[in-house]
Amino acid sequence: MSGAGDGIAVAVRDLRKSYGPVEAVRGISFEIAAGECFGLLGPNGAGKTTTVEVLEGLLAATAGEVAVLGRRWGRDDHEIRERLGVCLQQTVLPEKLEVGETMALFRAFYRDGRDPGEVVREVGLQEKTRARVGTLSGGQKQRLAVACALVGDPELLFLDEPTTGLDPQSRRQVWEIVNGFKKRGRTVVLTTHYMDEAEKLCDRIAVVDQGRVIAEGTPRELIRSLGGDHVIEIAVEEGGPGELRPEDLAGLPSVRSVHAEAGHLVLTVTEPHVAIAPLLDRLASLGFALASLATRHASLEDVFVSLTGRHLRDE
Amino acid sequence: MSESPRLRAFLALCAARARESYREPEVIFWAFVFPVLLSAALAVAFRNRAPEPSRALVLEGREAARLLDSLKEAPLVRAEVAGEEAAARALRMGRADIVVSIAGPGPEDPVEYRLDPSRPEASIARARVDDALQRAAGRRDPLSSRETALTEPGGRYVDFLVPGLIGMNLMSAGMWGVGYALVDMRIKKLLKRLLATPMRPADFMLAMMTNRVLSTFVEVGALLGFAHLALSVPVRGSLFAVGGVALLGALSFAGIGLAVACRAQKIETVTGLMNLVMMPMFVGSGVFFSVERFPALAQTALRLLPLTALNDALRAVTLEGAGLAAQGPRLLLLAAWGVVSFAFGLRFFRWS
Repeated sequence: MSGAGDGIAVAVRDLRKSYGPVEAVRGISFEIAAGECFGLLGPNGAGKTTTVEVLEGLLAATAGEVAVLGRRWGRDDHEIRERLGVCLQQTVLPEKLEVGETMALFRAFYRDGRDPGEVVREVGLQEKTRARVGTLSGGQKQRLAVACALVGDPELLFLDEPTTGLDPQSRRQVWEIVNGFKKRGRTVVLTTHYMDEAEKLCDRIAVVDQGRVIAEGTPRELIRSLGGDHVIEIAVEEGGPGELRPEDLAGLPSVRSVHAEAGHLVLTVTEPHVAIAPLLDRLASLGFALASLATRHASLEDVFVSLTGRHLRDE
Repeated sequence: MSESPRLRAFLALCAARARESYREPEVIFWAFVFPVLLSAALAVAFRNRAPEPSRALVLEGREAARLLDSLKEAPLVRAEVAGEEAAARALRMGRADIVVSIAGPGPEDPVEYRLDPSRPEASIARARVDDALQRAAGRRDPLSSRETALTEPGGRYVDFLVPGLIGMNLMSAGMWGVGYALVDMRIKKLLKRLLATPMRPADFMLAMMTNRVLSTFVEVGALLGFAHLALSVPVRGSLFAVGGVALLGALSFAGIGLAVACRAQKIETVTGLMNLVMMPMFVGSGVFFSVERFPALAQTALRLLPLTALNDALRAVTLEGAGLAAQGPRLLLLAAWGVVSFAFGLRFFRWS
């Protein structure tokens, strides 16, 4: 890929951004390789949007260094913008313009770009070319927003919360578009607070919380960092001998960690079939009756909870 | 591609802006239909009517019939006979302008007029009634006179009004078409989205202005054309002069719209600011009535406002046939408002 000779599409070092006394980003660093889909995963208000808007050249950093496609904002702005595609969080495109007209408008801004009709087909809106933007559904509007980001044939695509508020089918359609773009060897930077989205689309993820990167790696690596790939959730009947505490379940075979959540305990385990029988024995010996038990694969949500003690969707 | 990329982007922006405007039914209504309706309605309301006759009541009693006969001769007096009580009530309620009676029992007793001297109609009625009675009693005027009626186009209220409406229209179109539109695009994050493309911000601003200029010709053309054809409002100056003044007005108010919109992040903020800017000019800049109705000191201040300068210049070129050069100081004032606001707006403009 051109421009970033070392194969690095984005390099961020110790990025900080303050709004008055509020520090939205408190020293974030990462590198994104060309051709990679990189995700910033974190709850609302973690500083994800601020970070990407600095990368997009829409916000000035308070401190730190940012290189995009081997170039720097403030020096090569126009050059960088020619090669970026940007999909902001919730842009409202002009309602009175038709889909095709909107695409033609965005295409006109780029020196080199793709045929608008082809991009419209790619996002599945060819039937809507003559429809006014105001008449589109939420999912169609979002696909159009992505199409506007693709029409300049970007090397680097930014997607800020691309599926927030969409129905499951629309989300899958957006994911397919992003996957198509990835397959052409292009780089994607994505922010999301949906762990399934991050797991499906991202090659690598930085987990962001309170303006900092608290973990980074491939989805597999992050999940493996929990110590086990599986999770057992149990709840006990009320009226037992007091409350069941995480310490009560310490030292069971195959169990890597235990923590309490509202009304139940969550155990991270390497091999559920090894852990379950001793777990039931322990409960019985302590005098607790089991109310429910569920096992599942560990997710990025579990990673976030184990790192912060909070859920991604907590407000 | 032969055309330059910047020209292509600029033309695309102009096309998008124009489509957005003419697909907005409200824009069409306020820009074209409303001023035409308003000028038509006001032309009807303020049409030059035949003068109202004075309403006189003659008190019942001796001599009433003779008085009534004398008054019937007068062209602008409508007289009836009424009882004492009914006449007093009609006078109080403003249904009669004057009550006429004979003040005593004898034939030489004087005629008595009862009226409220603070009402202008009453004074007119007294003059007309007295004139009619004196003539009937045998008065001969030593001086002969005649009158010529002046109702030709150019001096009517509607002739005064139409240039004012054009000025007002240019002002609100600049404020809504630039100011409101920019804040709306800012709220929808469209400005930010455009900034994230290689689009040059200057091209965007230029496209907004170009759109204003082009719609100016349509807006002014529609209103002036209607006024000229349907209401016979004269256009005595050259179309070049009228167009030049209108264009400068449109650009100046587009600049003021930009200044008003440069920071606002809520629709409420920008509409509040727009009203704050426009209200004093609606009232004080000679749209519906002349600035000369204000006290001298206020006039001096009002003449510094851009809409006053625009309206005065528009009236001068349409009604008096003045050329552009003669309007120099007004146009300079208007341009100064535009340039200063434009510079201010660009300097403090926020894209998000």
